[in-house]
Amino acid sequence: MRAGEYTSVELTAAVLERVAAVDADIGAYLTLTAEEALAQAAVADRRIQAGDAPPLCGIPIALKDLLSTAGVRTTCASRILENFVPPYDATVVRTLQDAGAVVIGKTNMDEFAMGSSNENSAFYPVLNPWDLRRVPGGSSGGSAAAVAADECLLALGSDTGGSIRQPASFCGVVGLKPTYGRVSRYGLVAFASSLDQIGPLAKDVTDAALMLQAIASHDPRDSTSIPEAPPNFLATLNDGIKGLKVGVPAEYFIEGIEPEVERTVRAAIERLAGLGAEIVDISLPHTEYALATYYIIAPAEASANLARYNGVKYGYADLDADDVDDLMINSRGTGFGEEVKRRIMLGTYALSSGYYDAYYKKAQQVRTLIKGDFDAAFESVDVIVTPTSPTVAFELGDRTDDPLAMYLSDVMTIPANMAGLPGISIPAGFADGLPVGVQLMAPPLAEAGLLRAARALERELDVDANAPAKVV
Amino acid sequence: MLDPKQVDHVAMLARLGLSDEEKQTMLTQLSQILEHFQVLAALDTHDVEPAAQVIPLANTMREDVVEDSLPPAAVLANAPRVEAGHIAVPAVLPDD
Repeated sequence: MRAGEYTSVELTAAVLERVAAVDADIGAYLTLTAEEALAQAAVADRRIQAGDAPPLCGIPIALKDLLSTAGVRTTCASRILENFVPPYDATVVRTLQDAGAVVIGKTNMDEFAMGSSNENSAFYPVLNPWDLRRVPGGSSGGSAAAVAADECLLALGSDTGGSIRQPASFCGVVGLKPTYGRVSRYGLVAFASSLDQIGPLAKDVTDAALMLQAIASHDPRDSTSIPEAPPNFLATLNDGIKGLKVGVPAEYFIEGIEPEVERTVRAAIERLAGLGAEIVDISLPHTEYALATYYIIAPAEASANLARYNGVKYGYADLDADDVDDLMINSRGTGFGEEVKRRIMLGTYALSSGYYDAYYKKAQQVRTLIKGDFDAAFESVDVIVTPTSPTVAFELGDRTDDPLAMYLSDVMTIPANMAGLPGISIPAGFADGLPVGVQLMAPPLAEAGLLRAARALERELDVDANAPAKVV
Repeated sequence: MLDPKQVDHVAMLARLGLSDEEKQTMLTQLSQILEHFQVLAALDTHDVEPAAQVIPLANTMREDVVEDSLPPAAVLANAPRVEAGHIAVPAVLPDD
């Protein structure tokens, strides 16, 4: 595009054509902003011609539909926000638009980011571009599928317990969860505020690094935003990993992991050794407690955050209610879907009088222990490598009747959220024609090293060269 | 582990309308999930500080500078019921 071989308007039109051709099958988008996108592309072309365009200028991107977009409906894939049009932009949205990125639309997701399969969207499920009988993962399944199906070049998702990395793994793309606090959450509709983090879904590690560079910065509007300026993530990206110490935690190769997933990830770890990394067996002893800890803390925070949807200021309201209690009870009862209700109930119970110490406080204490495991491990290793999810993409309907089985899909991604660490999933290979992801984690704020390791592994594996065909 | 009365109580605390069928499903599924949580009970956390968050930031302040707020019309545009420039709700206190 910079060489003048094609314009952003042409690229954007081609992406919109692609969306028109395949999205009836995939269901990645909830809202398209085609006209605005073409207008933004025309502006981007003028900036590129003028010669001072930032890296993402003119690039068609997609935004998960829990990022506030001024004047464009933001639903969180929930009936309760079906007609909600935010009066302001999220900081990341404003930042990307200022950088000239072209927004194709808002992507489908599990309602309020609660889910691991996208089957919890109130509108329609997203299907996996590798096999339309299978889920794309969740909750950022629309963003992951849109990248995988060439319905955008880059997308933003959010990750509370694996919601970027697990769908990236299922869809064969790169998904990065930055350090908690690295990217502003202002304008991100809150699920679990101490865990949520925005990050990119991309076709490769370099694109993910470009997107992170664009969105990472301190924001006075987010009190958990880290004040220090981000480094240049691209400067060291291709420096290789000779001498890097890579930890492999025994607790992540557990019963329940699919043999082909384990084989693919172990093969990737051997390739790291071949690149000159030192492989170190480590232990993260509290891993087995992370799932229970997460499913107390996240619903507890969610039950507080979702109290705002009460039929008063915005969202669905039962206008026939006789009094304020009925207004709230009926609006929430009708507006929220099954999984959201389940988590509100779980969180409210965990915070309720008489149970607080046994559940919520206990979980917060175990969170300290989980973080301590990582602090100790990172004294002797630079990055930790694990599978992203114990399985490849499963079939629609497989786990919808068994919430615990669904929750287990996040068992390997949750710990990074509990400890606030950056984590990335990159394609490691295929099992029976379906993508397998490998996850790398690093100490807080060490994204540069994390991306460097991921880039080295990506180049070595060259997964694209042996990829089976997608169905779209 | 849960009983139907507890489900009713928690639903009321959350102001969450549930059908009888939903309550029955919640009873079964939440009990199952709470049973899984028992794994934590075995862990000794006697002297462990609880972590509400994991970044080394506390009491973040910004400069006390007045900034533009959203115009009232933009805020009210999403309200389900508006009367005379205010958000309207049904009676909070009973008539009698």
